[in-house]
Amino acid sequence: MPREQLEKTGVTVRDAGPGDAVSGVRPSWVVLPETVEEVSSVLRACAEHDLAVVPVGGGTKLHWGRPPERCDVLLDLCCLNEVLEHAAGDLVVRTQAGVTMGALAAALAEKGQELALDTAPDATVGGTLATATAGPRAFRYGTARDLLIGITVVLADGTVARSGGKVVKNVAGYDLGKLFTGSYGTLGVIAEATFRLHPLPADSRWVVAEVEPSRLREVAAALAASQAEPSAVEVDRPDPEGPVTLAVLVEGTAAEPRALVLREIIGAGEVAGEPPSWWGVIPQDEVLVEVRFLPSVLDGVLDAAREAGFRLRGSPVSGRLHLTPAGDAGAETLARLRERTGRMTVLATQREDVDRWGEVSALPLMRRVKERFDPGRTLSPGRFLGGI
Amino acid sequence: MLDTLTAALRSVLPADEVITDPVRLRTYECDGLTYHRATPGVVVLPETAEQIARIVRICNDFGVPFVARGSGTGLSGGALPREDGVLIVTSKMRRILEIDLPNRRAVVEPGVTNLAITEAVLHEGYYYAPDPSSQQICSIGGNVAENSGGAHCLKHGFTVNHVEACEIVTPDGDLVTLDALDPGYDLLGAFIGSEGTLGIATRITVRLSRVPETVTTVLAAFESLEEGGEAVSAIIGAGIVPAAIEMMDALSIEAAEAAVACCYPEGAGAVLIVELDGPGAEVARQFAQLQEICSKAFELRVADDPAERAAIWKGRKSAFAAVGRISPAYIVQDGVVPRTSLPRVLAAIDGLSRQHGIRVANVFHAGDGNLHPLVLFDDAEPGAGERAEMVSGAILDLCIEHGGSITGEHGVGVDKARYMPKMFSDDDLDTMQLLRCAFDPKGLSNPGKVFPTPRLCGEVPGVRKGVHPLVESGKAEQF
Repeated sequence: MPREQLEKTGVTVRDAGPGDAVSGVRPSWVVLPETVEEVSSVLRACAEHDLAVVPVGGGTKLHWGRPPERCDVLLDLCCLNEVLEHAAGDLVVRTQAGVTMGALAAALAEKGQELALDTAPDATVGGTLATATAGPRAFRYGTARDLLIGITVVLADGTVARSGGKVVKNVAGYDLGKLFTGSYGTLGVIAEATFRLHPLPADSRWVVAEVEPSRLREVAAALAASQAEPSAVEVDRPDPEGPVTLAVLVEGTAAEPRALVLREIIGAGEVAGEPPSWWGVIPQDEVLVEVRFLPSVLDGVLDAAREAGFRLRGSPVSGRLHLTPAGDAGAETLARLRERTGRMTVLATQREDVDRWGEVSALPLMRRVKERFDPGRTLSPGRFLGGI
Repeated sequence: MLDTLTAALRSVLPADEVITDPVRLRTYECDGLTYHRATPGVVVLPETAEQIARIVRICNDFGVPFVARGSGTGLSGGALPREDGVLIVTSKMRRILEIDLPNRRAVVEPGVTNLAITEAVLHEGYYYAPDPSSQQICSIGGNVAENSGGAHCLKHGFTVNHVEACEIVTPDGDLVTLDALDPGYDLLGAFIGSEGTLGIATRITVRLSRVPETVTTVLAAFESLEEGGEAVSAIIGAGIVPAAIEMMDALSIEAAEAAVACCYPEGAGAVLIVELDGPGAEVARQFAQLQEICSKAFELRVADDPAERAAIWKGRKSAFAAVGRISPAYIVQDGVVPRTSLPRVLAAIDGLSRQHGIRVANVFHAGDGNLHPLVLFDDAEPGAGERAEMVSGAILDLCIEHGGSITGEHGVGVDKARYMPKMFSDDDLDTMQLLRCAFDPKGLSNPGKVFPTPRLCGEVPGVRKGVHPLVESGKAEQF
């Protein structure tokens, strides 16, 4: 019996309930490892018995991606919840993957530092990496892959492998951290991660203003080019036909005078010490679309979203917007939206007939990578693009 | 076989761009790491991505390895040719294809030099941030292969943080675009820094950065290396992230004075170069903090304009070449330690230096713990080269011991492949090899670099003994 084999590893196993389903696919068991070694022995046991595994952290994005072809084991990493080493003098932290972003932020703040990713506090380090979620400040600090400097992963056969290290500047060997960031649990299980940190900004100011959609591209471009160096430029349009709110963040010393410079560029706005409520919040709607684009084609993206009846939120300067439908979001609507926006990913939908990813030049290479890392297809099979 | 291979290559390129003349071939026998040399079997000078793709497919047909080379400035032998293979030189691919300021990016061919990008956009108020010290001649294709850094990567990041897309020729000879905007695995991130082992970049889209409003460069002279080191820790501790923090010790200052008369303060045991950039108001406040932090410095110079800044950087930028003035021969080492370990590691290097009677000049990117010890020796003295090698290797051991890395920016290449097992376990290396095998199952793309004699793709993990039968029979190459 597979359950007995799983229990033989000494790791906590429980029967899965309806609440454990991954995009509607209910696993048989939930396994709760507490160490990297336990993750390894569980995966080895799963490989031996051809059990399909889906790793999960905080579960905040578990409905993203296609339903797995099969799912026997939900590998819950919540017990790998230790911040292993915060080397404040080196601006580096090493942490287990099950630590929540909120808990990590609290630990780092004690020494006046932060991991400059803006994700939901109940998302875990592992889940943030696996989905490569990016927040507003990606404009200044880059995304998860840019701040990740070392990673420990466990492969489908139980092999524990590291790459990178705990120094920021390091070009020894392949950077598997990049490969695993955004891999949706299809190549291996992220067990530990090491990040470069930043000092908490001395001060922060947001300039918030309503901006005519027709002016947005030009305003955003001017903000991005400003030597006042904003850390983030975000927009929110909660009604597809309604007004667009723009919010710009400036951080560091002299935040106030720099915010005034940015307000000048916008032509209006309130300067606040706190972000607007929607800042950095990824919509939790049943259907969620991410559009990536070059800032110069913003007008086209805005028009397409409005005409298709989608709300939007995200960064016009990084070229990343999250769209959610106010009404219908069928396959045809989404296909038309993709036609007009270029690179579009349907992160979440319950419909089977939707093309989630569109065409990608490197798909054949991606398939080959998957075949090498997970030849038995036991890790999150079918969840990723091209049926990977 | 080389003859038929050459004939096939001449079906792709004009005859004078397929080099077989032994004298001309020797031009390409090494890169910036001159003590590894090999005369390439054939050198080709393609002008288009399609030509590179066809060349690579020919290499596949013949089962012959290929190596890509840009300007040949690499310091780890990453572009060391193969005597039994083809060297693909991108020096004819020097066009800047597109400058797209509204989207803050430029599209360039791989042979374009790093500095040429900045020169093309500086008048518009933009620049390309990564700045390896060879930026006047090094190629962007080489930067992509090596994930090059530079003095300013402390704040602004490395090549991988500034490249948005690459068109590559895969080791099979397919043209594929790896684009950061595309969904799927981040193969772009994995490709950058893979040292030519996953294919050849043929078109690169780089991100352009806005020039900062203000740049203030400070030179602080300290009586000792320790005092300089304390200042570095205090800067980071104060929450300042300068664009660069560079340090030189007394011996490297001496060399720089001899070479370029940089006129650094006399009697300095260490000089620190700190560059602050950003909005004027922010830089002004950070500068005030910095002055306080550097209170132990016996002299502080400040540069606010490009000429003064160049004067301060002159000594630092000349340091590698300058040691030639005080030593007949030297090894440039590249290792990284956590910044907080710097004092202990520098003391240990000093110990090694005394123990073996080998002088070591220390130049380093102090902000990110990236050491560039220059190990000096007299190549006319019997045994001195070996002792210098030993000291140089022991410095890498120190880096590993302190949780650092065997290379911060020069790459592994052929030079450090043998150190990889000290930094990584067999499982780590085998896992990296999975990526290699996905891209290059035949092992034709820059074999012999980065990894110490890995298994052939498809071989089952386990005991590794003797020569592989396929290799012995000449049917396969070990890479």
